[in-house]
Amino acid sequence: MTGGALMLLLIGLAVIAWAVARARAIRTRAPGQRFASLPSQGGWFVALWTLLPALLFLAVWTFVSPAMVTDAVLATPDAAALPPPGFERATILSEARELGAGRSFGAFHPLARTLAPAYAAAQNRHDWIATALALLLAAAGFLYAYTRLRPGFAARTRVERVTMALLLAASLVAILATAGIVASLVWEAGRFFGLVNPLDFLFGTHWSPQVLDPRDPGANLGAVPLFWGTFFIGAVIAMLVAIPLGLMSAIYLTQYASARARRWLKPTLEVLAGVPTVVYGYFAALTVAPAVRDAAVALGVTYASSESALAAGLVMGVMIIPFVSSMADDSLAAVPTAMRDGSLAMGATPSETIRRVLLPAALPGVVGGVLLAVSRAIGETMIVVMAASGVATLTANPFAPTTTVTRQIVDLLTGEAEFDSPKTLAAFALGLTLFLVTLLLNIVALRVVKRYREAYE
Amino acid sequence: MSSSLVPQLPIAGAEPAGRTPTDWTTPASAKRIARRYAAERRFRLLGLGAVVLSVGFLLFLLATMLGQGLQGFTETRVALPIDLRGRLAITPAQLEGRRGDLALAAAGLEGAVDAAANRAFAGQGGAAVLSEGAWLRVRDAVKADPSLLARPFMLAVPVGSDIDVAHKGAGTAEAEAAAARLPLSRGLNRTFLSAADATDPTRVGVWGALKGSLLTMAVTLALAFPIGVLAALYLEEYAPRNRWTDLIEVSINNLAAVPSIIFGLLGLALFLGTLGLPRSAPLVGGLTLALMTMPVIVIAGRNAIKGVPPSIRDAALGVGASRVQVVFHHVLPLALPGILTGTIIGMARALGETAPLLMIGMRAFIAAPPGGLASPATALPVQIFLWSDEVNRGFVEKTSAAIVVLLVLLLAMNGVAIWLRNKFETRW
Amino acid sequence: MSNHPPKMTAEHVNVFYGDKQAIRDVSIAIDQDNVTAFIGPSGCGKSTFLRTLNRMNDTVPNARVEGDIRLDGQNIYAPEMDVVQLRARVGMVFQKPNPFPKSIYENVAYGARIHGLAQGRAQLDAIVEQSLQRAGLWNEVKDRLGDSGTALSGGQQQRLCIARAIAVDPEVILMDEPASALDPIATARIEELIHELKGRYAIAIVTHNMQQAARVSQRTAFFHLGELVEYGETSEIFTNPREQRTRDYITGRYG
Repeated sequence: MTGGALMLLLIGLAVIAWAVARARAIRTRAPGQRFASLPSQGGWFVALWTLLPALLFLAVWTFVSPAMVTDAVLATPDAAALPPPGFERATILSEARELGAGRSFGAFHPLARTLAPAYAAAQNRHDWIATALALLLAAAGFLYAYTRLRPGFAARTRVERVTMALLLAASLVAILATAGIVASLVWEAGRFFGLVNPLDFLFGTHWSPQVLDPRDPGANLGAVPLFWGTFFIGAVIAMLVAIPLGLMSAIYLTQYASARARRWLKPTLEVLAGVPTVVYGYFAALTVAPAVRDAAVALGVTYASSESALAAGLVMGVMIIPFVSSMADDSLAAVPTAMRDGSLAMGATPSETIRRVLLPAALPGVVGGVLLAVSRAIGETMIVVMAASGVATLTANPFAPTTTVTRQIVDLLTGEAEFDSPKTLAAFALGLTLFLVTLLLNIVALRVVKRYREAYE
Repeated sequence: MSSSLVPQLPIAGAEPAGRTPTDWTTPASAKRIARRYAAERRFRLLGLGAVVLSVGFLLFLLATMLGQGLQGFTETRVALPIDLRGRLAITPAQLEGRRGDLALAAAGLEGAVDAAANRAFAGQGGAAVLSEGAWLRVRDAVKADPSLLARPFMLAVPVGSDIDVAHKGAGTAEAEAAAARLPLSRGLNRTFLSAADATDPTRVGVWGALKGSLLTMAVTLALAFPIGVLAALYLEEYAPRNRWTDLIEVSINNLAAVPSIIFGLLGLALFLGTLGLPRSAPLVGGLTLALMTMPVIVIAGRNAIKGVPPSIRDAALGVGASRVQVVFHHVLPLALPGILTGTIIGMARALGETAPLLMIGMRAFIAAPPGGLASPATALPVQIFLWSDEVNRGFVEKTSAAIVVLLVLLLAMNGVAIWLRNKFETRW
Repeated sequence: MSNHPPKMTAEHVNVFYGDKQAIRDVSIAIDQDNVTAFIGPSGCGKSTFLRTLNRMNDTVPNARVEGDIRLDGQNIYAPEMDVVQLRARVGMVFQKPNPFPKSIYENVAYGARIHGLAQGRAQLDAIVEQSLQRAGLWNEVKDRLGDSGTALSGGQQQRLCIARAIAVDPEVILMDEPASALDPIATARIEELIHELKGRYAIAIVTHNMQQAARVSQRTAFFHLGELVEYGETSEIFTNPREQRTRDYITGRYG
C-alpha cells in the first residue's frame, strides 16, 4: 500500500474512532451529571490515541526502512557481484532501487537490472510489514483509549496536553530548520575542506572550477574574486543606487509629501520589493545590460561587456530601494515631533531640521536598514545569474564582467554533478560563507538599532 | 526674589562682554537667508526627484514587460488554401472523439498540410512557413466540420517562429520583407495558456509551469500554514520566558533573513541527498519553500495575535474556559484575518522564488504538465528563467508574456491580501 | 506702565483647525518690558494662541489663522515676512523639555550655526557661554559641554532649551507651560530665571498654574473657550477681576 493511501486510511480510522468514542461518551452520561469534559473531547482523545502512535511509528519507519531494504538486497546471492563499498556501488544500488520502484526504465549497469527485482521484492515486503504494524498500532491505541472512557474521565486535560505538545513541536521546527541548514552546510563544507585547504579557498585569487588539477584542486578554487564580485556588485554599486534614492524618498515622504500622496506613494515603493527577482534579472539582461554596454562604448571604455557588474548592480540597487526607504521611513517617523518643533521654532528651515536634527537622531535605524539591505543584496541570486557573468575577475571596472558567490553556487551545481567532487562541494562551502556573512550582518544591524536608538520618553 | 535658587545668574546689566544684537536687515543677512531658502528648495527637489525616479523605474520595468509580453499572447497566422479531397483515406464517421485524432494522424493529415503549404507558398519556403503545430489546427477544424474533407477551404494556421518574429517587427530586414509577401494575420494565441514547454516558441505555453507552481504552492501552504500558525500561537500565548523561547525567537528571525538560495542548498543536501526524495518534484519544491515561508507566517501571525486585546482573553477565562479553549475559540478567530493576510503575502513571495527551485532540480525541460506531487515538474519563475536563455528570438516575447502571467497572479494575491486587511481592520 | 510701544500686537485673531474654531476674536498686546501670562482652563486655546505669535501653527496641516498680528509694527503673516527670521526673533520654549540628541554645546550652538551668527569658533564659544550663563546653567555644565543634552535632569534640560532659545538673540520669548513637567524646586528655578530674563526679552508665558502667573507676570490674560475674557495688570486680575467668568476661575469654581 502506498504511503498516501495508508495515511488516508489512518486518518479515516481516526475519524471513525472520534465518532464512536463521542457517541459512547454521550450514551454513558448519567442524567443531570456535569461533565469533566465534553463528549467531543472524549472523541478527540480516542482519535488521537488511534492516530498518533501509528504516525510516530511511520515517521521512524521512513528513516529506518531504506537501510533495512538495502541490507535485505545485499543479502541476496546476486549482490555478491557488487564492487566494494564506494561511489560505484552506491550508484548501482541507487539505479536498482529506482528500477525496482518503477521510477525509471533504463539502467547503465547490467548489475542494476539483476538486482532490481530483489529490490522490488524487499520493498514490497517492507511496505506490507509497515502497513500491518501501523494498523495494529492504531487498533491497539483505539482499544486502550476507548476502555479508558468513563464519565468523569478528564479527557480534556489529556487532549489539551497533546495540543500543547503539538504547539511546542511546531515552534521547534524553526530551531530544527536552522539546525538543519547549519548542519548540512557545515557537513558538506567540511567534506570540501577535507579535499581543499581552507586557506586556498578563502585567500586564493584564482577561480576556474572547470579545470581542476586532481592533485591540487585548491589552486583553482580561490574564492577571493567571488567575494570581491559580491561586494562590488551588492555592497558598492547597488548601495550607490539604493541609499540616495531610498533615503531621499523616505525623507520626502515623511517630511514633505501630503498625507494623501504618502498614502499612495509609500505602497508603490513597496511594490519594488514585491517584483520577483527573476523579472528583474530578465529586465537587466534584456534592457539594462545592452544600454550599459552601449554607454561604455560611447564613453570609450576599452573593456565593455554585456555582462557587466554595472548592469546587475544597477538593477539590484533598484530592487533594494524599498529596504532602505522603509527602515529610514520608520526611523524618521519615530523621532518625536517635539524635536522637529523645537528646531523649526528656532527659525531653521525644514531641510536644515532634517539634516541636522532628525537624520542624526534617526541614524541608528537608517544604518540598520542599510545593513539589512546589504545583506539582502549579497544574497541575491537571479539578477546576477541572468545579468552578470560567470567568469571570475578581480577588477574595479564596473563595465567588466564579474561574478558573485551566489552565481557560482548555481553554476557549480548545474549540469552533471557528481556529488562528491570538489566542484560540487565547493558550492556548499560558498553557501556556508554566505550564510555566515548574512547572519553576521543581520545581527549587527539589529544590535546597532537596539543599542544606539535614543530612548525617547 | 531674594536668595537666589539659581546662584550663578549674573545681575542684570553686569555681565560678560555681550554681543551686539543681531541686525536682520543687513544685506549680508538677507543674502544668507536667501541662500538657505535656495538650499531648502534644492533639498526638497532632490527628495521629490528620488521618489519620481524610483517610481519611474518601476513603471518603466512594468511597461517594458507589458509591451513585449502582450505580443506573446498573439500569434501570426497565414491563410492556407487546403484541398484534402483524394489525399486522405478517411471517412467522416471515423472522426468521432479521440479516435478521430489518431485516425487523422494515421491518415497522413500532417503530410497533406505540408503539401498544401508547399503548393501555396512555393518559392517562399513552402512547408517551412508553417509552424510545426499548424496541422493540429487543421485537424481541429476538420473534426469540428467534417464537410471540409470534401471541399477546398482556406484556414488561418500559425506560422513558424522566424516568420512570427519577423511579422512582429523583430526579425532581420530580409525576413520582414519575405513576411510581407505572405497573406498574414494576427490572432489570439490560445495555446499559450494551455500548453506546456516546447522547443518551438510558437507552441510553448505556461500551463505546465503553472500547474507545477500550483502543486508546489499547495505543498508549501499545507506545511507552512499549520506549523507557522501553531508556532505563532505557542510563542505568543504559552511560551514561558526562558532560554529555549529566546532561542526559538532568534531562530525564526534569522531564518526570515537567510538568502533563499541557502534553502535550496538545504533542500539539495537534505531532501534529495539524505532522504532520497524524487528530484524536481513539487513535493520537494514545496518542502523547501515551506521552510522559507514558515518564518514569514510566524512573524505575521505573532503580530496579528498581539493585536487581540487582553480583555477578550480575560473575559473568556472568567467564564471558565481553559487556556486551550481561550486560544482556539477566541484569540485565533480574531487574529485570523491578520494571519491570512500575512500568509498570502508570504505565499506570493514563494511563488516568485526561483533560486531554491533551481537547486533542487526543477530546471529540466518538462514537455508535459506534471501528473502529481512526485512527478518531475517546473515552476513558473523557473520557466521564465529557462526561456530567457533560449537563443531563438521568438522566446523573447514568450518570456515577457510569462512574466505578465506571473505578475498578474502576484497582483491578484496581493490585492486579496490588501482587501482582507482593509475589510477586517481592527474594530475595537 | 510701559513707555515703549508694545512689542507684539494681535488684533481680531481667529484660528481654525479645519471647521473647528479654536480662537475667537482675540486682541492683545505684549509689552517689551513685561512678562505677560496667559491663563485659563485646559483646552481654552492659550497654547494655540501662543503658537500664532511665532507662526508655529503653520506646521499643522489644517490650521488657518485670520487677523492681524504684528511684531514691531510688521505683520508677521504678510508674504514679505520671512518666517525663518521671525522664529529667530520670537523664540519658543516648550512644555516638555525637548533638547536635541546632541551634546550640550551643540544644542546651544545649533541656532547660531544655522543663522550664521558667529564667525569662527571663538565667537561661537562666546555665544554658547553667554547663553548658558543667562539661562543659569553654565556653572553646572561648563565642565561637561560634550555630554549629551538628554542626560541632564528635567529642570536642567528645560534651562538648556531656554539657553538654546537665547542663543539666537531673540527679542521675544514665548513659553508654553515651561515648568509643568518639572518638580517644585526646578519650577522655582525656572521662575527665578524668568524674572531675570524679563528685562532683556519680552516674555509671554502660558501657564495653568494661577499662583505661578501671579508670581512671575506683570500682566495677565484670561482665556476661556477660545475667547480673551479679560486682560490687565496681574494684581488686579487676581484681586479684583472685572468679569464674572474670571472671578469664577480665580476662585476655583471651575478649572
